Amino acid sequence: MTNSIAEIDDAGTIFVIGSNTTSAHPVIGQRMRRAARNGATIIVANPKEIDLVRSASYFIQHKPGSDVALLMGMARYIIENDLHDKEFIAERCENFEAFEESLAPFTPEFVEEITGVSWEEIGQVARIYATNQPASIFYAMGITQHTHGTDNVMATANLAMLTGSVGKPSTGVNPLRGQNNVQGACDLGGLPNVYPGYQKVEDPAMKEKFEKAWGRELSGKNGLTHTEIFDAIHDGTVKALYMVGENPALTEADAKHAQKALDKVDFLVSQEIFLSESAEYADVVFPAASFAEKEGTFTNTERRVQRVRRVIPPRGNSKPDWWIVTQIAQAMGEKGFGYETPDDVMDEINAVTPIYGGITYERVEEIGLQWPCPDADHPGTKYLHKGEFARGKGHFVPLVYKPSAEITDEEYPLILTTDRSLYHFHSTMTRRDYGLEALDSEELVKIHPTDAETLGVESGDWVEVSSRRGTVKARAQVTEICQPGLCSMTFHFFESPTNEITNPALDPIAKIPETKVAAVRVKKVS
Amino acid sequence: MDQFTFTIDGQTITAEDGMSIMDAALANDIYIPYLCHHPDLEPVGACRLCGVEVDGRPMVMSCMTPAKEGTDVRTNSPAIYQARKVAMELLIMDHDMDCLACEAADDCDLLKVSAYLGIQPEQLEGLRPLGRQLPIDDSNPYFQFDPNKCILCGICVRTCNEIVGLGALGYINRGIETVVGTFGDKGFVDSICESCGECVVRCPVGSLAPKKPQLAAREISTICAYCGVGCGIHFGVRGDEIVSTRADRESPANRGSLCVKGRYGFNFINHPDRLTTPLIKKDGQFVESSWEEAITLVADKLSNYHGEEFAALTSAKCTNEDNYVVQKFTRAVMGTNTIDHCARL
Repeated sequence: MTNSIAEIDDAGTIFVIGSNTTSAHPVIGQRMRRAARNGATIIVANPKEIDLVRSASYFIQHKPGSDVALLMGMARYIIENDLHDKEFIAERCENFEAFEESLAPFTPEFVEEITGVSWEEIGQVARIYATNQPASIFYAMGITQHTHGTDNVMATANLAMLTGSVGKPSTGVNPLRGQNNVQGACDLGGLPNVYPGYQKVEDPAMKEKFEKAWGRELSGKNGLTHTEIFDAIHDGTVKALYMVGENPALTEADAKHAQKALDKVDFLVSQEIFLSESAEYADVVFPAASFAEKEGTFTNTERRVQRVRRVIPPRGNSKPDWWIVTQIAQAMGEKGFGYETPDDVMDEINAVTPIYGGITYERVEEIGLQWPCPDADHPGTKYLHKGEFARGKGHFVPLVYKPSAEITDEEYPLILTTDRSLYHFHSTMTRRDYGLEALDSEELVKIHPTDAETLGVESGDWVEVSSRRGTVKARAQVTEICQPGLCSMTFHFFESPTNEITNPALDPIAKIPETKVAAVRVKKVS
Repeated sequence: MDQFTFTIDGQTITAEDGMSIMDAALANDIYIPYLCHHPDLEPVGACRLCGVEVDGRPMVMSCMTPAKEGTDVRTNSPAIYQARKVAMELLIMDHDMDCLACEAADDCDLLKVSAYLGIQPEQLEGLRPLGRQLPIDDSNPYFQFDPNKCILCGICVRTCNEIVGLGALGYINRGIETVVGTFGDKGFVDSICESCGECVVRCPVGSLAPKKPQLAAREISTICAYCGVGCGIHFGVRGDEIVSTRADRESPANRGSLCVKGRYGFNFINHPDRLTTPLIKKDGQFVESSWEEAITLVADKLSNYHGEEFAALTSAKCTNEDNYVVQKFTRAVMGTNTIDHCARL
């Protein structure tokens, strides 16, 4: 997030696109609803009528995969009606003319056709977003999990810059990060193209810096991304895979492809708290301590590094993940893995990661610190891009509309999108809580009444959902939250492994799979 | 913020602008009995217990009345006592008296106010209770709602509106038949309730109560392991088991709120499926091993692979320190940048 969670309280407009906030980030969802009670205007744009719509003043139910058209349409309306922040654009941004030119194809007729939303409605929310300041955009994987996910993100950034809604309190572009420490895993170099602190592996100066710090020669070549790793196992390049707490057999798009790779790879190690669907394939499984059994830090969606504490001793003979990897490195005769506590690791993080330079256990004892926090005296950063963008000028990106990789046809006439249940989180942990399991115990294929009628399906009927990659079975739930032509499933249930049918087609830059749009057919099974 | 002084029962009190008489009293450790007041919620003055006299005028509800400079507030007088006693008798007349069996026994505001007012069972004999027994809603796996214990303070209804912003609860029926319930009086799980438990933690009398309450021996603070909001949680521990959770009111991420997963969803920690010892696959079957054997085996095997032959998936569930060590191992030991995690999933 460019801004902080607490800033939601003072937002004039809260524009939520591609996020089912009350399910996936419930406490932020609560905060948005509270803000609405206190006068904030919530705009929801989502192909589905999510629960947050009840608290929203405006609801745009656009077609899946049409976000660029919607956001460019809003930008066009804002410029045509002279609602843009010309001063902000002139002083703080660049490339505005090229962006403005790229709006030409996004005529009202074109935007209406692609999004399925009237120009009048789009104009209405564009006007609110531009004028009811401070205005804040929130998005999640409804924006990113597309073959044009990067374009979607750029489109939100363009809109924010156009209205000067960035670099100020209660504004900004705020991706809601999914997992408890997905922010931290990215920050600390759990990515194939960057060292800790987003220092590029292809930058020779950075390579040299880390070679010096770690006393080893390093590769200056970007590694493979998540989805590419499984392809590389299939083509024989990757022969050994080390998995820490991941369950790709259930969570990867086109999960069958991942399962076959796990089966094929020569040597597979898994560190897990449960024998997950993926750990079953491993040659060696290490029992990991859960979050409640170890010391350390997590970094939340607002970049706040917070202290994680050992509440209870590790169960059985399980051990913290950092300890396990440290032991292996030592057994391989490696120097530089002599950590005795996570605090030792944090000392090294401070030394090599400028954005975490001043983040020590002592300083995050109470309420944590938001990075960038370069030194021990820095108070942390509440919101980004104040006064100047991190890169200097805010760069407007001209965009074109690109359809999703799969569109409907006669054989696969419906679009399947995926979302998450309030009562589950991915798969491994929540399925083993008796209460969460009681509150949401099975996959339900949500489908609009008109489609259900055509298919002769009623709520509770078993249906088969098939895509070009396979078939899964689950019960149907006939509901108007889906628009006609759209059905929706979660991916928490191994009994109905939705990701066996989702589309692994990737965004060319972010390499994220298009799990939000797949062409499917639904059939009732007797 | 401007400060001013006034007196409560002859004591000079310093208060800030915007404080009610009750806020000022409680901030100065002066007890005024109440049941419907909650510091997180707007005051409603429903329970009629917090009445005080200001400058000798008849009673006003202290939760609803702003404190004012130079005024003289009295929290006790024969008239105040009489009014509170009658209000309290009416509130408690229909209430369950089996306190030992009640989940709220350790922290019940009704007991506290009764004790303060000296309410005795004999006092209630002259009153005619409704004698009704309403069904308990135990549809939610984590908490239950016993309307027979409800005193209609409205804290749950207001919490769901003001804190959660949901409005799953409201009042059903009129007059003495009034009860709290969901839309259409369906069970909690068949309503829009999100099971966050915010109402349960604020219920002053055990009408909304956890099903398996256990008092903790000590508390340790940490961060929730579910989503990226990063809510602060105080875990209650007894022996080496987690028995309770409480939202951290100081945490900037959640300011005292939690969702259903963050409040209740940690039973996986002690699930019998937890892996407790290293496993090595031999002839297609997992066999338990020592740490030493498993570490040596993995170290030996990994020595055979280098550069692009190796790939690591690290974890968005693990700590920053875990992730740092895994990526350093991948880059410095295995010689590749092929490390990723589920950020895109």
